[in-house]
Amino acid sequence: MDLSGAQLLVRLLENQGIETVAGIPGGTALPLYDALAESNRIRHVLARHEQGAGFIAQGMARVTGQVQVCIGTSGPGATNLLTAIADARLDSVPLVCITGQVASGAIGTDAFQEVDTYGLSLPITKHNYLVRDAADLPGVVTDAFRIAASGRPGPVWIDIPKDVQTARVPVCCLPEPAVADRVPPLDSDLLEAAARLIELSDRPVLYLGGGVISSGAAAAVTAFAARIGIPAAMTLMGLGAMPADHPLALGMLGMHGARFTNNILREADLLIAVGARFDDRAIGHAARFCPEASVIHIDIDPSELDKIRTATVGIVGAVKTVIEALGPRVPARRRGKWLLRVAALRETMPLLEPDGDDPASPYGLIRTVADCVGDDAVIVTDVGQHQMRVAQAYPFRRPRQWLTSGGLGTMGFGLPAAIGAALAEPGRKVVCFSGDGSLLMNIQEMATAAEEGVDVKVVLMNNQSLGLVQQQQELFYHRRVFAADFRKSPDFLTIARGFGWHAVDLDREARPRAAIGEALRRRGPVLIHCSVDAAEHVLPMVPPGAALTEMIGG
Amino acid sequence: MTSCETVTKDIDIPKATLELSVRNHPGVMSHVCGLFARRAFNVDAIACVPEGDGRQSRIWLMVSDDDRLPQMLRQVEKLEDVLAVVYHGGEHPLFTGLAEYVR
Ligand SMILES: Cc1ncc(C[n+]2csc(CCOP(=O)(O)OP(=O)(O)O)c2C)c(N)n1
Repeated sequence: MDLSGAQLLVRLLENQGIETVAGIPGGTALPLYDALAESNRIRHVLARHEQGAGFIAQGMARVTGQVQVCIGTSGPGATNLLTAIADARLDSVPLVCITGQVASGAIGTDAFQEVDTYGLSLPITKHNYLVRDAADLPGVVTDAFRIAASGRPGPVWIDIPKDVQTARVPVCCLPEPAVADRVPPLDSDLLEAAARLIELSDRPVLYLGGGVISSGAAAAVTAFAARIGIPAAMTLMGLGAMPADHPLALGMLGMHGARFTNNILREADLLIAVGARFDDRAIGHAARFCPEASVIHIDIDPSELDKIRTATVGIVGAVKTVIEALGPRVPARRRGKWLLRVAALRETMPLLEPDGDDPASPYGLIRTVADCVGDDAVIVTDVGQHQMRVAQAYPFRRPRQWLTSGGLGTMGFGLPAAIGAALAEPGRKVVCFSGDGSLLMNIQEMATAAEEGVDVKVVLMNNQSLGLVQQQQELFYHRRVFAADFRKSPDFLTIARGFGWHAVDLDREARPRAAIGEALRRRGPVLIHCSVDAAEHVLPMVPPGAALTEMIGG
Repeated sequence: MTSCETVTKDIDIPKATLELSVRNHPGVMSHVCGLFARRAFNVDAIACVPEGDGRQSRIWLMVSDDDRLPQMLRQVEKLEDVLAVVYHGGEHPLFTGLAEYVR
């Protein structure tokens, strides 16, 4: 068999089980697009901006846990993809990003639409390739999928010059599809040391991060916590690791965590960090985080151990395997006094959700949506006050129910990620909470959603402001609100309708609760618009650089 | 790929030399140097020569032996093209020899 590099690439993607890719064509990617046109196994979703394509692929990857693919052309196509790929890197999302590049002979000549994609992508990917020979494609593509999925997942970038795409290569057979590398066996001495620390601890707390979700360990960790009786706080990325209504669940820790959560951590004598990386938004001032606690740190990425906080016992391994191996070594022990203390703190320092009963207020909207859609729905957010409120208040009960841009905090993540989630799991409702600032950052993807007919609902909390920025200016910059409030605001309802969406304005609804329910039940893309007050801060809040317990408000 | 470079040298901080075996291709130096630059970890001197059949290269890096080095080592070990890392305490004779050229 004799194929072009582009045809071979498409075969390799098919071989890897890829069914949907998102992208935008352009000159140097045209051979690849021509080959994609011949595929009856891969569906191409045409985004309206490459950043949208990157986040659509992320949405697919975050709900399925599988490696997904986005595609762009050289030059601006590649630079537009960067933000979505950097975002995937920080949140450990497995992607393969494929771009066209100018022909090999033109590289380095400032040719039309030439940028140094290899150099640009290097610091924001797990690994990257510039393919110089079509015969290398089987090895490169297989390695790319393997690397993206192995250990701590992440994005891999493959840049392919146009002449490599058109070159003919003899192909006899395709390689075996890549699978994730095995992880090295666990060290039983370390497991034993960790088990003893837990056994002897009077006030242990679990600190669950996104690694629990990505390693498929949510059920194992919940069972472990329940059997041994250890309360668990979750990071922004870890929400859903333990059901929010589990008696041992402490909700989210960190900058906008509940007071009781952060205070319980302060009193812990043992912190069991599982798939978490001690991010400053989660732990506040590092040296004053859990000041009295020994630390057991479990992570698949060896470079996370001792990076911010030196672990008393550090265990490198897949979280699920480690927890399953650790569980039987730890005897259950009643810690009545500690659990009473936890209950008392929960009681005296609860999370306040102002106006939670009013369905046309931020917390009320979140509650109402949760009541309407149930646990099957996928909940996505953009970045800002709305995101923090959803993280605080939404009753997440399963892993991969919640998609948010945690590490990079990218406004514009929400809509395209929601589209990706809906494409990958068409049976689920997908609800994206957004702010007016964030929605405008990738609003063009409304066209993609309408074209694909995806069942995506955007709940827009419109405060005519970059709310979270305004909040920081009011709290920490002498109330000088600058460049954060919009002096003119677009008519989002008309915009949505113009894109072919159904749109509902809660500001005009006499019965907002019923209107929300009806809008959510409808199939296809719907915008639910609600005006909210920019002066309302998300509270409580740990000022940047302060210790977790030095909270303002709430 | 062959490359030698010596940069500023901070006399006071104790030095270590990292010896890396890497896959030899045009991007590997960027991966290694970029990692150190990104994490604001100074590399005092660097040398690189191809090995045997040219499919692998050997890179020596002279770095400060401070308390951030263990974290840097773990990061280097994560690079896909780095096959092995050997730590040598102190300076390497290789660099003492190279220093002759900048006298
Ligand atoms: C791409 C990008 N640019 C800037 C920021 C900084 N930033 C963080 S939150 C925020 C405001 C978000 O406003 P909006 O989406 O309306 O949400 P709100 O806070 O009002 O709920 C900004 C500008 C960011 N996170 N991402």
